[in-house]
Amino acid sequence: MVREARAVLEVDDVSVSFSGRTILDHVSFEVRPGEFTGLIGSNGVGKTTLLRVILGLQKSSTGAVRILGAPRSRSSRSIGYVPQKVLLDPDVPVRARDLVALGLDAHRIGLPRRSAAQRELVERTLDEVDATSFADARVGSLSGGEQQRVLIAHALISRPQLLLLDEPLANLDPKSVQEIVALLHRVVIDHGVAVLLSAHEMNSLLPVMDRVVYVTGGRAASGTTDEVIRSDVLSALYGHHVDVLQLHGRVLVVAEPGAATDDLPAHPTLQLD
Amino acid sequence: MQLLFEPGFFSNASVRGALVLGAIVAVVSAAVGVFTVLRSQSFAGHALTDVATTGGAAATYYGVSVLAGFISASVIGAGSIEAIGTHRVRRRDIATGIVLGAATGLSALFLWLDSSTSTTGATQQILFGSIFSVTGSTVLDASILGAAILLVVALLWRPLLLSAVSTEIAAARGIRTKLIGLLFTLALAVTVGLTSIAIGSILSTALLIGPAAAALRVTRTVVRAVSLACALGIAATWLGILFAYDSKYWSSSGNALPVSFFIVSIVFFLYLLTGLPALRRRFARRTPTSVQGTRPAPQAASAAMRTQ
Repeated sequence: MVREARAVLEVDDVSVSFSGRTILDHVSFEVRPGEFTGLIGSNGVGKTTLLRVILGLQKSSTGAVRILGAPRSRSSRSIGYVPQKVLLDPDVPVRARDLVALGLDAHRIGLPRRSAAQRELVERTLDEVDATSFADARVGSLSGGEQQRVLIAHALISRPQLLLLDEPLANLDPKSVQEIVALLHRVVIDHGVAVLLSAHEMNSLLPVMDRVVYVTGGRAASGTTDEVIRSDVLSALYGHHVDVLQLHGRVLVVAEPGAATDDLPAHPTLQLD
Repeated sequence: MQLLFEPGFFSNASVRGALVLGAIVAVVSAAVGVFTVLRSQSFAGHALTDVATTGGAAATYYGVSVLAGFISASVIGAGSIEAIGTHRVRRRDIATGIVLGAATGLSALFLWLDSSTSTTGATQQILFGSIFSVTGSTVLDASILGAAILLVVALLWRPLLLSAVSTEIAAARGIRTKLIGLLFTLALAVTVGLTSIAIGSILSTALLIGPAAAALRVTRTVVRAVSLACALGIAATWLGILFAYDSKYWSSSGNALPVSFFIVSIVFFLYLLTGLPALRRRFARRTPTSVQGTRPAPQAASAAMRTQ
């Protein structure tokens, strides 16, 4: 078929307000199959709220969300989700392997009885995220980067069309950030899964990001990085002038002195190497 | 053999009834207890035992089935806690505390009424159990209820487990976490009522939480935790029954000591025992030689060692 691939996710004119305060103000964008989309914005601009609207955990006051062209249903399993700051308790006797297996069938009733094919799929998925070496450890005892791999495997094993990740790179060391980004990039390419990942820092994502949704003050601009991460587009979004500097393959969004800068995304440390 | 089992242990009908009821209660408490601990609902579990006390005391006063009294009060208590709200941890604690307080006040009233109208030690039986004096029909009721609770836990197993790991992930997968929580709390309430008849309402927490917490310390999967908790629970109740039966042959008064005392003491001992592996690991880590042998030491620790 020659027609353009249908969007995996359409966010159409979504607004959310809590007790009179507007969190999201008529946000629209699309995520297409097999694309890596970054949801970029500083902390508190409504990225988590937006992801929760997409998942159906939060009602929107205007607009609609469509998954594969259909209105989102509560039990939609075409979305995999890795929430922000999951606190995995080391006292809970759930091994990495168990959590990944629950990704297959946690919604089903009855005791787990998994077939050889399913156990094989669990092994393969653990291998895909390089988690085989710690598959038998309690998830709560793993490092942040290891936990992210297991949570990604849990979300991936049901073969969703769309994978949502809420700040998966926050609180990770630089090496783990690189590894998780590379892993997600591989997932996008190998499985054609669309990834929508929120982050307050975009530089680690620049090499892999196909599109960006840039959020600030409840509004969003979306497109390819070249279309969005530009002085004119971001200035219009912020409502005041910002400059976009490109330096050593990194991007800096800088406001003029005196402008309120608390809404700018986190900046990378400048290293002159 | 005779040193262990005093005369008539196996031929005694009330001992047989106690062993059967003890096993049922231990298994149900273990299965429900593991998820209670995983869901951090131990406080709610304990509060329900106090609510059950009210029901048992009221049932005694009005002359109806004590088991029915325990269970209906516990279920009403669970419903009240859910109605006040459990969606946030602090709110859940407050709801539990309010219901617990109100129920304990009612218990005070009914226990006072019981003791003023009868002299059969009703208060003692309600609070500390009456496993040797249960009737055959109570054992039958308990086994039916126990089977029903185990069925509910088995059915809810996977959604419960994922919710215990992360409510957020479970909800995002379309699992109705609130409904699952409500059903589990009801199962917990019935379990508390059931355990109350055996070892007493205020001691049922021990059998609910103790074996589960002990098993969770030393197992890697929830299936193994539940199995071990069942084994520990049965061991504790059966040994407790044996010790209590034997105790009338050696206690200075010539009367049997309370079975609940023995069961709860054994549970506590088992909990301490399962803490030993972790304690040993902690000591092993302090010895520098074993640090090099097992795992690479954390950077801070090895740096500290170099400076010494």
